[in-house]
Amino acid sequence: MAEERRQKQCSVILPTESMKAMAESVGVGQLQEESCVAISEEVSYRIKEIAQDALKFMHHGKRRKLTTSDIDNALKLKNVEPLYGFQSQEFIPFRFASGGGRELHFYEEREVDLSDIINTPLPRVPLDVSLKAPKEQQKAESTEPLKVAKPGQEEEAAIQGKSQGATAADGKGKEKGLIRLKPRSTHELSVEQQLYYKEITEACVGSCEAKRAEALQSIATDPGLYQMLPRFSTFISEGVRVNVVQNNLALLIYLMRMVKALMDNPTLYLEKYLHELIPAVVTCIVSKQLCLRPDVDNHWALRDFAARLMAQSCKTFSTTTNNIQSRITKTFTKSWLDDKTQWTTRYGCIAGLAELGPDVIKTLILPRLTVEGARIKAVMEGPVVSNIDKIGADHVQSLLLKHCASVIAKIRPQPDNVEQYRTDYGYLGPMLCSHVMKARTQAALQAQQVNRTTLTITQPRPTLSVSQSGLSGSTGPRTPSIIKVPSSLTLMSPRPGTPSQPSPPATKYIVMATSAGTATTQQVITLSSSQSASPVTSTVPSATSTLQPLVKLESGSGPGLTGSRPLQKYIVVSLPSSASSSLEPKSSVIPTSISSTSLEAGMKMERSESPGASTQSPH
Amino acid sequence: FRAVPDDGGLVDADEDKDIKTEASNDSWGNNNANDGRLLSPSPGSSASAGSNKSAAGASEEQQTLLAVLQFLRKNKLTESVEILRREAGLPEDSLEPKGADSLLSRVTASSTAGAQAPTKVAAGEDQPDVNVVLSAYSQQGDPALYEVYYSGLKRFIESVLDCHRAELSQVFYPLFVHMYLELVYNNHESEAKAFFEKFSGDQECYYEDDLRVLSSLTKKEHMRGNETLLDFRTSKFVLRISRDSYQLLKRHLQERQNNQIWNIIQEHLYIDIFDGMPRSKSQIDAMSGSLAGEAKREANKAKVYYGLLKEPEIELPLDDEDEEAENEEGKPKKKKPKKDSLGSKSKKQDPNAPSQNRIPLPELKDSDKLDKIMYMKEATKRIRLGPDNLPSICFYSFLNAYQGLTAVDFTDDSSLIAGGFADSTVRVWSVTPKKLRKVKSAADLNLIDKESDDVLERIMDEKTASESKILCGHSGPVYGISFSPDRNYLLSSSEDGTVRLWSLQTFTCLVGYKGHNYPVWDTQFSPHGYYFVSGGHDRVARLWATDHYQPLRMFSGHLADVTCTRFHPNSNYVATGSSDRTIRLWDVLNGNCVRIFTGHKGPIHALAFSPNGKFLASGATDGRVLLWDIGHGLMVGELKGHTDTIYSLRFSRDGEILASGSMDNTVRLWDATKAFDDLETDDFTAATGHIHLQDNSQELLLGTYMTKSTPVIHLHFTRRNLLLAAGAYNP
Repeated sequence: MAEERRQKQCSVILPTESMKAMAESVGVGQLQEESCVAISEEVSYRIKEIAQDALKFMHHGKRRKLTTSDIDNALKLKNVEPLYGFQSQEFIPFRFASGGGRELHFYEEREVDLSDIINTPLPRVPLDVSLKAPKEQQKAESTEPLKVAKPGQEEEAAIQGKSQGATAADGKGKEKGLIRLKPRSTHELSVEQQLYYKEITEACVGSCEAKRAEALQSIATDPGLYQMLPRFSTFISEGVRVNVVQNNLALLIYLMRMVKALMDNPTLYLEKYLHELIPAVVTCIVSKQLCLRPDVDNHWALRDFAARLMAQSCKTFSTTTNNIQSRITKTFTKSWLDDKTQWTTRYGCIAGLAELGPDVIKTLILPRLTVEGARIKAVMEGPVVSNIDKIGADHVQSLLLKHCASVIAKIRPQPDNVEQYRTDYGYLGPMLCSHVMKARTQAALQAQQVNRTTLTITQPRPTLSVSQSGLSGSTGPRTPSIIKVPSSLTLMSPRPGTPSQPSPPATKYIVMATSAGTATTQQVITLSSSQSASPVTSTVPSATSTLQPLVKLESGSGPGLTGSRPLQKYIVVSLPSSASSSLEPKSSVIPTSISSTSLEAGMKMERSESPGASTQSPH
Repeated sequence: FRAVPDDGGLVDADEDKDIKTEASNDSWGNNNANDGRLLSPSPGSSASAGSNKSAAGASEEQQTLLAVLQFLRKNKLTESVEILRREAGLPEDSLEPKGADSLLSRVTASSTAGAQAPTKVAAGEDQPDVNVVLSAYSQQGDPALYEVYYSGLKRFIESVLDCHRAELSQVFYPLFVHMYLELVYNNHESEAKAFFEKFSGDQECYYEDDLRVLSSLTKKEHMRGNETLLDFRTSKFVLRISRDSYQLLKRHLQERQNNQIWNIIQEHLYIDIFDGMPRSKSQIDAMSGSLAGEAKREANKAKVYYGLLKEPEIELPLDDEDEEAENEEGKPKKKKPKKDSLGSKSKKQDPNAPSQNRIPLPELKDSDKLDKIMYMKEATKRIRLGPDNLPSICFYSFLNAYQGLTAVDFTDDSSLIAGGFADSTVRVWSVTPKKLRKVKSAADLNLIDKESDDVLERIMDEKTASESKILCGHSGPVYGISFSPDRNYLLSSSEDGTVRLWSLQTFTCLVGYKGHNYPVWDTQFSPHGYYFVSGGHDRVARLWATDHYQPLRMFSGHLADVTCTRFHPNSNYVATGSSDRTIRLWDVLNGNCVRIFTGHKGPIHALAFSPNGKFLASGATDGRVLLWDIGHGLMVGELKGHTDTIYSLRFSRDGEILASGSMDNTVRLWDATKAFDDLETDDFTAATGHIHLQDNSQELLLGTYMTKSTPVIHLHFTRRNLLLAAGAYNP
């Protein structure tokens, strides 16, 4: 075939008729046949030569199409004056005509009315060349998670065309490519992606907890979600907006769990969607009312959880350019300082600030302890205003104590004098003092440094379920029984083990729990494996001494474990919570104790065991 | 740089004892003293003729005289003939036997010289034989017999033993071309056509481009001014054949009395005979494909100092003071006894490195030292790449460029991007938050306090700050672009034949270097600054210094356009890739060509030196990347995968990964470590230069990254080994 083509190339020359026609057009009447042949051969050769040179220009112009300018340049190379101003509206500007036994192609030159040209409006100025770099690197055939390019100076590029918002996927920047005279481009999802999106969102806010766990797992681990990210983010932000108005606590919690799953996914780069996600999260922290019955429902847990999400996103995304952390801090501080702020919002602000780390606590919260203490005192000891206020003040108080104690323990010199504390911190002083002392003993006893306030959740571990045991004898304002639909309110739900899915090889959890000051009940840790279906229950007696934290290390496989599963280790240490806990590994069947789940305890566990988990083998 | 004459006369035939390693090119006459043959001066090149005369020995002088006499007689200047003859003391019949008519046929190309009586020549190797070489295609056999000769040879070669067949088949293509040209030259148009049609299909597919040129050429008149043809006539096609095969061929031709073919072989082919096993077909295919055959073995024998120069010793502040030092960039650095490990390592002199002052290099300024410090700091934060740890790729897309983007370059620290465009503009973007600012006007500069600490800051005009600047000055598409290492200058080369130097302080053009009269395809700054190299359509690469308006060196030898130019990391060598499908390495010191690499089957558009200076990678329109060992002068690898022209190649900062960007909209990553490691375990015989290339492209390919519709025309590894790529989105 190549040969054929080559031969063709060899023999193609312009027909002599063309020569004749051209000669006539310039006034040469009778051209000899031989002259025609000679001229056509010569012309054909020169045309081929110029075409070959023009190809060279095309190659160097890094193009695939030969343009007229290439031919101009090739002519210049041969010292021939190029054809200036050649342009045609159509692809082939020639017209065909036949007559008098001859066939002709000619270039149609219409008469142009000058006034038409003058009166036509100027065409739009073409867009200027601009340079664009995507925030996320290009992704190709590989399905493995991409290393997210560090937002270093290269990507921090001051690039034009940055304004394509969340409508377009941020995967490959180029698909937005050249947008001419078209302000936005919508990015179509494939049918499969649409189905997936529908399933996931339905499962996330649906009633089936198992499905939800699966959906969240998928969001947290699947690598190819970047195209759906804008949809998810809009879904969440719209969802929060609607459900805050309707005070639908459960849905808000589900949405926050979605946010967490998105943040856990290492292949997603959320920075471009923070403008939607952060307002949603902050709403869940500081909103005045999140549930229909603020006196009974445990919306505090949601605030805590959202505050931790906020802190995590500050750590991950705050840069010198966007200043997320300082902006968020300002927002919280401002509404906290406002006297008219309600207790719910106050609680959210403090929780949000406290999660940002000990430095923030030290600089922003500690100085305000006295003022806040006075406020709490006014509610607690003053005339009974309303039950809601009282509950709120109570929560704020325990929140402050919880967060400040560990910080104070670090910055204050040793002798903890109650009086001294009272003068320094006012109403909260004495309670703070006892908490600080507790924190000190704890710190001294724990070989492993647990600095709770700086913990971040670094790995996607959505399947670990921690729930409060029903055996807990802890009572107080936050009894688990308040919660209406307890099982659907667990933030971290156990996922029923499916036989097809391999069990995680070595599951190790470190759980920290402290018995409440007066608690003498036993903490039951229930472990069960899906294969065995016989729960391995190890009962750890609570320390008799009230301040003794529990540190128990259990090693060795339980009797019910199948041989294929490797050794499991559970390290149980104390948790400053008044609740005892029960913990199920990923593949466990749901034990009965789950039914009385305390959201609060669940989330405390969730957070505080994270450093341990991060040092252990991930599952 | 006074050590070398800057008259650009480096290719003078006289001083060039190495010139036999290069095929001569039509614009420079070369005098090959060894076999006493005069290789083809170009038409009208009286200068080169003159140099021949002065340089040649007595016998050659005599021949020149003969040629002149011949010319005079031809033009009926009999009196002059007589006088000259008498003065030179030549016998009367001296003009008769061989007649330098062929010289005339070149000087007066349109004359009827070609149609003169055939001259039979006894091709003795030891006798100086002007005639044979000069009479390009004037011999005449019976044109009808050409086909018979050729098919006879073809039959013979097809019948020989397998081991010889592949080697002898190499003869086909040059023979075919020369026979065809002979036919054309002697006005046997129809025979030529028939000959072409009959045998062109037999030729290797990678010669198709050349055959296309040939096919269009059917008349003697066309041969004038066609560069491809000049190349064929003026340079010998080099073949490497084992002694056994050569003997076989020789015996066959002598037995058959096949003088026509034998003459062509003698005159137009250079057969590089080696002892040992004949090469296999794949070995031959790997090396062939260039316009003028393979490189002669001795062409690659010269010693190349491929080692790196010793890094200048720079006192590095301690690591823990990093932050501090970064903040006080403006201040001169402190003397600290502590050395960085990099510094102490480079103390040992590499035996393969050129001496430090082999090429005079500019002194380091304070700002350069600061930059070096920054570089080292960044280097410590560099990500170690490997097959399991591929770099992240950040793609810079040029939007709205409408096919007009022709060249891109990044600064070494990845802070600026420059683009050359078909509309003759050069645009510079800042990709850091730091905007581009001009220096204030002279009047304003007078007003500022020159003693102040932040004087460098004060001279900048804040009003001009912008993200990008446009540089206008060229009058044709900008094909090559290069930042100076200190980021103060930018070079651009254009279709208009000039190379321009721009200041990135004032954003104005400082110098227009004129020398190339034709489009300049590529230009690049030396890694040490000050020098730069350019190459263009005139087939010459030129070395310039920024403060000279004339070139310091001219590297001539390529048989077609010089399409890309690269400096060796030690600045002592320049590599050029060409449309003649060869890569040449030139010594900056003396202008010699020290390496010729053949093997590409298409014009070469990308070159990259490995960071250690040992290896060279090249990419061409054939979509293949070839790897070369500079020290041994050998091809060491072939990376197949791209489906279109490769426009960009880049090694990672540590040399583990080779990235290639292509017109086929992909970036591919290759395992360079493995590619070069495999070679070291092979015990290839450097002496013969025969390579066994494994076909392991698939193993070496680490990743393919597609863009949607953006040809990748530039790649750059940041100092921390993040890969940046650039191209224009092409809707």
